[in-house]
Amino acid sequence: MENNFIIEAYNIKKSFGSIVALDGISFKVKRGEIFGFLGPNGAGKTTTFRILTGIIKPDEGNAKISGYDILKETIKAKDLMGVLPETPNAYPDLSVWKNIIFIARLYDVKNFEEKAINLLKEFDLYGRKDSKAKELSKGMKQRLLLCMAMINDPPILLLDEPTSGLDVQSARLIRKKIMDLGKEGKTIFLTTHNLEEANLMCDRVAIIKKGRIICIDNPENLRKITGKNITVEVKFDRELSEAEKVFKGAEIDGKTIKISTESVNDTICYITDLARDKGLKIESINVEKASLEDVFIKLVEEKC
Amino acid sequence: MLKKVWTIAEKDILMYYLKGPVIIFGVLFPFFLFFAFYIGRNLPLSFLLSGLVSMTLFFTSTAVSPVIAPWETQMKTLERLISCPVSIKTIIMGDIFASFIFGVIISSVPILFSICIGINIYHPVLLFFGLIISTFCFSSLGILFSFPPTSLPSNIMMFSNLIKFPLIFMSGIFIPIGELSETGRYFLFISPLTYSTDIVRYSFGEKAYFSPFFNLFTLLVFSFLFLFLAIYLHEKNLEKRFLR
Repeated sequence: MENNFIIEAYNIKKSFGSIVALDGISFKVKRGEIFGFLGPNGAGKTTTFRILTGIIKPDEGNAKISGYDILKETIKAKDLMGVLPETPNAYPDLSVWKNIIFIARLYDVKNFEEKAINLLKEFDLYGRKDSKAKELSKGMKQRLLLCMAMINDPPILLLDEPTSGLDVQSARLIRKKIMDLGKEGKTIFLTTHNLEEANLMCDRVAIIKKGRIICIDNPENLRKITGKNITVEVKFDRELSEAEKVFKGAEIDGKTIKISTESVNDTICYITDLARDKGLKIESINVEKASLEDVFIKLVEEKC
Repeated sequence: MLKKVWTIAEKDILMYYLKGPVIIFGVLFPFFLFFAFYIGRNLPLSFLLSGLVSMTLFFTSTAVSPVIAPWETQMKTLERLISCPVSIKTIIMGDIFASFIFGVIISSVPILFSICIGINIYHPVLLFFGLIISTFCFSSLGILFSFPPTSLPSNIMMFSNLIKFPLIFMSGIFIPIGELSETGRYFLFISPLTYSTDIVRYSFGEKAYFSPFFNLFTLLVFSFLFLFLAIYLHEKNLEKRFLR
């Protein structure tokens, strides 16, 4: 029977001298899933990434990539992965084309020239294929690294902070590409400290702190951890009179009113009825859920 | 594996070897050292040129190979390379192969020059094998120099020069082995450059101190010793390169 989990980590421990980087972390990533690995700086994200990519070895525990033991069958496991490390690390004096071809040959990719051309066109780098990597902007470098990670058409992509430090346009392009790859059925393991990014892209999220995973779930379930209700924020065209302040527990600030509710539908119906009765004009309505940032702050602070 | 070794060697050649400073250090340096020591000394031309060939061979094969690992650590390209399906052995073999190609090509220049000015090569086959094995041996030695897990090429350059320069003086390049004191000769035995120089000298028609086959065999022993030590120490130190 085919294992539904393509990345498996079992009780991984790693220390650097007296510093415990990972303190027995375990998790599993399903096939075709975009799995976010969230944590503050120094939490152990990059160490986990490096162990999964076979760059460093754990002190204890083990990881499997599509059933291949990362310690004993390292080359087979690496063959299934496309890797985007945190630091832009293409060879600066090699051209865009030579960088991508170099990686293609290390992965023994067939028809690599055709694949490289397609990828460079897809990432809008074909016109710069003869430029040296050091001549590219940071956004372009990151796109090149993503091309290099995808040249072997891997079923698994491991991306370490893929949009860190990028301009808005490049970050958006890379996020879109990651989501498209997720839709194509690729498994994506993504480390990030960008909560909105995780919220937008990930099917499940693990939060790591001081080398320990403190929770794993989908973003929707994680939001429930905060215990916050949904907030409906309404802005009217004028301030409400005392007689019109009929919402219990609502926060009123001039023309704006914030109502905490469990039923968005009922609340909005009630507001629109009230506005019609009192002759109020609604300028805007916003519905706010608890954000992943709320979850992150709550969990990280709680489990100190 | 061989395809991957060649891919890494090709990358090294493009990235590190085809650079002006490398050519200067690898080619001009032995020439200057050669002239500094030989001008004004009444020695046969075949002795002088065979010394130049040995020195070029040694300097070119160990010029770049020691700094590849620290350079790549600094640029973080080593991390990218390690995440590919290649082993440390493959990377090291690729680096050695690049150094080997560079060493063979550049060392051929003084050999061809010697032939052009009418120096006889009495044992061309021996010279060929001597050149091949010596270049492999010194390329492995160059990679071995880079085992300390530093990201600063200057540290490795200092460390390698600390070993390379004494080896030049205790290998019979400047003073024939037979003219050295007995104590001095003991030091010669631990230098692979001694055996390499002895082969080149013999090929150029000079008197050899050791038998040619003993020289070839000893160089092979040194080559594999350096290669295995390099693989072992680089594997052992790999993780330390990624510590922040």
